[in-house]
Amino acid sequence: MIRVVLPAHLRTLAHVDGEVTLELAAPPTLRSVLDELEARYPMLRGTIRDHDTLERRAFLRFFACAEDLSHEPPDTLLPPEVAAGAEPFLIIGAIAGG
Amino acid sequence: MSKVRILAGTRKGAFILTADGKREKWEVSGPHFAGWEIYHLKGSPADPDRIYCSQSSGWFGQVIQRSDDGGKTWFQPGTPPGETKTPDGMPKGESNKFSYDVSKETGAPLTTHQFYDGTQHPWEFKRVWHLEPSHTDPDLVYAGVEDAALFKSTDGGKNWRELSGLRGHGTGPKWQPGAGGMCLHTIILDKKNPNRIYIAISAAGAFRSDDTGKTWKPINQGLVSQFIPDPNAEVGHCVHHVAMHPSKPDTLFMQKHWDVMRSDNAGDRWHEVSGNLPSDFGFVIDVHAHEPETIYVAPIKSDGEHFVPEGKLRIYRSKSGGNEWEALTKGLPQSDCYVNILRDAMAVDSLDSCGVYFGTTGGQVYASSNAGDSWAPIVRDLPAVLSVEVQTLP
Repeated sequence: MIRVVLPAHLRTLAHVDGEVTLELAAPPTLRSVLDELEARYPMLRGTIRDHDTLERRAFLRFFACAEDLSHEPPDTLLPPEVAAGAEPFLIIGAIAGG
Repeated sequence: MSKVRILAGTRKGAFILTADGKREKWEVSGPHFAGWEIYHLKGSPADPDRIYCSQSSGWFGQVIQRSDDGGKTWFQPGTPPGETKTPDGMPKGESNKFSYDVSKETGAPLTTHQFYDGTQHPWEFKRVWHLEPSHTDPDLVYAGVEDAALFKSTDGGKNWRELSGLRGHGTGPKWQPGAGGMCLHTIILDKKNPNRIYIAISAAGAFRSDDTGKTWKPINQGLVSQFIPDPNAEVGHCVHHVAMHPSKPDTLFMQKHWDVMRSDNAGDRWHEVSGNLPSDFGFVIDVHAHEPETIYVAPIKSDGEHFVPEGKLRIYRSKSGGNEWEALTKGLPQSDCYVNILRDAMAVDSLDSCGVYFGTTGGQVYASSNAGDSWAPIVRDLPAVLSVEVQTLP
């Protein structure tokens, strides 16, 4: 089980409170967690990654276990603590603008 | 008794303001989509409870929302809860997808456009500025987007297809962004001629299609812009807004960056009607619901100072289709006012005594139930108002 923390605006769009939990085939990667998140919550398609290129939107960042994974390739494995559900995968909006 | 429903898009959410036909007591609902930029909402003339909404954010991109109950509840078309995958296992949720059509069959290659510094810049989708529902089909809606292109949905906003003949017109490399971006901000559907569509882009100019959007003709002859030396330039003009009365569809009124213009031949030729305006810079322009020669503008001091001149909020009305303008000030602040009225932030209702409404960057929405003779604020402290539309309901 993977735990995902979404920014508040995306929780509103997805109609969820708190963390999202996803079941993923092992080993989970950046790509597989985002694919499953968008499959479960199709209203989030395009809000985290570009529809066509699947590149991360510029003002969003990915963190896990205090590590910034934002610039890692999509097939990067998530840390074992995230794969085990002990730590969440964080999608964070950049602190910018108003 | 008739009702009116105002749809106000702001920098931080959408607001819905409703009143009966007297237009004296207003109910305010919102913010809907709190915290998001709402560039535009518009109701379907064919089904007034169907409202389309453009919700966007620098962080999260573009979302299309739809209401089928007059704005009480909203959903993203194409993303029904519980239906998360297509039969082949791919995620649904195409409603937010605006991909330029570069296919061989129906598309046009993605070119570059001129950037602020004069270099060429790739075309990149940023947001939907304007949604224009069809007069007759609630599921048919057009979207004007930045970087400039026109999209169409025939299934109520689930899927969007670019009408690439506009972007592929051939003059794209000469288009350039205005200060707000390279946006397609105006879409006018001719009720009398369903094949005819007008659009306007800042800063490319106005275009007309006579074949439901397949091919396009630039309609910018007669426009004069300081930064364009060629008086016959096909494109490049910073058109801020265009308005038309449905009973007189060959007559168009334009608020250009500078100059208020008029055409009586469907845009083939324009002439200036700024007349005695205190400034002919501005964004918004609109036409009275019952008098096709009565038009409204909101003069702004200059392109360097985007607020009303002399600290006075004045709407100007011409009953002669331009040139002769009268200031409408009753009920509007006449000192220390420094707001702007953006291009999509004025609308008229179709009650017998025509109502006129506009929103300001200071967060006020003003209403006049007597065609502009007097005004009163409905709300004073919303976030900056980006757009105002009004629906006249039975």
